[in-house]
Amino acid sequence: MTEHILRMSGITKTFPGVTALQDVNLAVRRGEIHAICGENGAGKSTLMKVLSGVYPHGQYDGEIVFEGNRCEFGGIRDSERAGIVIIHQELALSPQLSIAENIYLGNERARRGIIDWNRTNYEAGELLKRVGLRENPTTTVSDIGVGKQQLVEIAKALSKEVKLLILDEPTAALNDEDSAHLLDLLRGLRDEGITCVIISHKLNEVIAIADSVTILRDGHTIETLDMAADSVTEDRIISGMVGRALDNRFPPRTPAIGEEAFRIEDWTVYSPSQPGRKVVDGASLMLRRGEIVGLAGLMGAGRTELAMSVFGRTYGVHISGRVFKGGKQVELRTVQDAIRHGVAYATEDRKRYGLNLIEDIKRNISAAWLKGLSRRGWVNEYEEYRVAQQFRGSMNIKAPSVDSVVGKLSGGNQQKVVLSKWILTEPDVLILDEPTRGIDVGAKYEIYVIINRLAEQGKAVLVISSELPELLGLCDRIYTLSEGRVTGEVPREEATQERLMYLMTKGQE
Amino acid sequence: MTSITGLLDRRRTIPQKYIPVLVTAGLFVAMFVTGGIRYENFATGQIILNVFIDNAFLLVVAVGMTFVILTGGIDLSVGSVVALATMLSASLLKDGWPAYAVMVLVLVIGGVLGLAMGAIIHYFEIQPFIVTLAGMFLARGLCYTISTESIPIDNPTFTDIAQTRVNLGGDLSVSPSAVIAVVVVVIAAYVLHYTRLGRNVYATGGSEQSALLMGLPVARTKIAVYTISGFCSALGGLLFAFYSLSGYGLSAVGMELDAIAAVVIGGTLLTGGSGFLIGTVLGVLVLGLIQTIISFEGTLSSWWTRIFIGMLLFVFILLQRVFSGGSRRRTP
Repeated sequence: MTEHILRMSGITKTFPGVTALQDVNLAVRRGEIHAICGENGAGKSTLMKVLSGVYPHGQYDGEIVFEGNRCEFGGIRDSERAGIVIIHQELALSPQLSIAENIYLGNERARRGIIDWNRTNYEAGELLKRVGLRENPTTTVSDIGVGKQQLVEIAKALSKEVKLLILDEPTAALNDEDSAHLLDLLRGLRDEGITCVIISHKLNEVIAIADSVTILRDGHTIETLDMAADSVTEDRIISGMVGRALDNRFPPRTPAIGEEAFRIEDWTVYSPSQPGRKVVDGASLMLRRGEIVGLAGLMGAGRTELAMSVFGRTYGVHISGRVFKGGKQVELRTVQDAIRHGVAYATEDRKRYGLNLIEDIKRNISAAWLKGLSRRGWVNEYEEYRVAQQFRGSMNIKAPSVDSVVGKLSGGNQQKVVLSKWILTEPDVLILDEPTRGIDVGAKYEIYVIINRLAEQGKAVLVISSELPELLGLCDRIYTLSEGRVTGEVPREEATQERLMYLMTKGQE
Repeated sequence: MTSITGLLDRRRTIPQKYIPVLVTAGLFVAMFVTGGIRYENFATGQIILNVFIDNAFLLVVAVGMTFVILTGGIDLSVGSVVALATMLSASLLKDGWPAYAVMVLVLVIGGVLGLAMGAIIHYFEIQPFIVTLAGMFLARGLCYTISTESIPIDNPTFTDIAQTRVNLGGDLSVSPSAVIAVVVVVIAAYVLHYTRLGRNVYATGGSEQSALLMGLPVARTKIAVYTISGFCSALGGLLFAFYSLSGYGLSAVGMELDAIAAVVIGGTLLTGGSGFLIGTVLGVLVLGLIQTIISFEGTLSSWWTRIFIGMLLFVFILLQRVFSGGSRRRTP
């Protein structure tokens, strides 16, 4: 009986021109939860792809020993047969099929080619009990939430008699409650003897659940920490990830706050999909020039819905309420209206709603302000190029040139392109929805610097974020939203995570 | 170190969007050279000009199709609109309408048909495939309400245009239709690459949701491209009428598919957002050259054209995959 269920040693994986992994070692003990941390691009996902056979043996150097046997996986089927199952960040479920069908997809409970539906549904039901999901196995997957879909993925893994379960960012799309449930489930699986490897950006979760953590940086193994033996803190992990101690995760700033810039009053929005449901309920907010204001709320509190409905009514129906810009009432009926009145909104889902991924940097930056870059419908390409170059410099967008395709940039650089685009429209009010989601630690700092600079220039910035430490570190004032209602307004000095969390959950009983 | 990788990146990234067009251009040259080696009297400038002359209407129709496909849409109605344009022209001319009034009216009707389809697609959020399929049946059906027979055109303006040749010096000459088609291409290329409308077309095709949240006029853009496509189809129909000097309800059957094939062979992504008009021109030329080669071969029947186009489409889409393989696959 080896102590280690998995030992990967000397793993090197190169892509044309890039070395993604360089001599990486990973040792996972039997029956533990092992976290892998690292910035985006550190090589976490590549390592897991090597392990699960997505990159077959021969395409990498190094050795994988699983359960005492040297493994040379030729594909995912091989690794699954050995008992290694990977659950990717983007769930791989077929939305129109039932839970049971999904669980046994490719592995059908059949007798001589005829599917035994009774057995399929019965066994699926047993698996659902194990993962604590109270749904009928015949329910269509698209009818259940993301959190429950994640559980279906785990049930699917269990159906394959998994020994080593790999989860890539399992809680990235989940709300706190679902996350907590998932983490409990992982603890339960550990007690049943299933070893878990979890890749996560949420360091508090890593601290809470992992028995040991391996840190990768730039394709190298930096260290493996034993959570019980070493006293591991978030800052300890972060310093390993970025290679320097992070005394201050937020750049310093002296706020210079001016008069009122933007105000919304009694803002009410109804859901477009569920008639009669108020998503935002009589919300009032006010931003001053040079001020960074936070908007905190749990998933489903209506933060994005509030922002988008204000921004040219891009969300919701039966919107009512008043918007004041610099003390004067304005109507923002369309996105063009909003841009004209100096309001910008950077979306939380930049890949889907914020960028044209197959287009280059300069055309993405100019997209919202073509009017200013063209005369009588003709675009001044020289000016466009010049402006893009300028932003590439001032925002520190790391790309070979402004002709690079945006889809190939890292999350941090994509976000800088999004911010450049909106800054070009010369807004007075910027609403930034999850500006650092999916961005690695180093780039987050850069985004914070940019946000501070915007405030310094006298712009009013509203930051929506799920990460309370981020709001506490960045904002002068924080509003809390719960079930569409503003439940509190806390100045920086009085703000603590506990107080915000109390306000964010107020009235939810 | 960084400068070297930067250079490498530059070499790899910049031409990527041009690669499909370059492949088509290479293909065209290869076919032309092969033809020149294989057949006497093939490698002349007039051969290429003849391709333009014989395919002027397809070129114009494909230009409109390029706009639509760049926004991520599709227009199946173009062939029927071409037929409708020839029928309308022929029957109105027979009734004694002046030639130029007929032309204007036909172009307006084509544009209005496109506009209507674009509006339905956008405001009712119906898939372009369905709406333009309906438009295709409608336009084809309208042809037969005019006449089920072929109507000859003997209007002097039309016959003049059909017989005129523009001399380009040397032994080279082209028809007015080919000149019109080239002018349309040049105008369209300018619109696509140098105007806000062009930018909006690419942005809408790249990501419609992003374009909406950037405040781009997505509605206007989508309606505009179908209007352009309808207009181009009507113009293509006029050119077809010059070419065939008749109107017939069964003409240009399947031309929508030729136009789509030309656009795809020209390297434009069917999902929208990426492609060039010059690619479409090359696509039409490649299709035309296949026909020319087959007629030079003499012994092959004309339906071999279809077989070659079919094979070419396959090969071409595979080539696109191979060359742009890295960019399609995501490495998270």
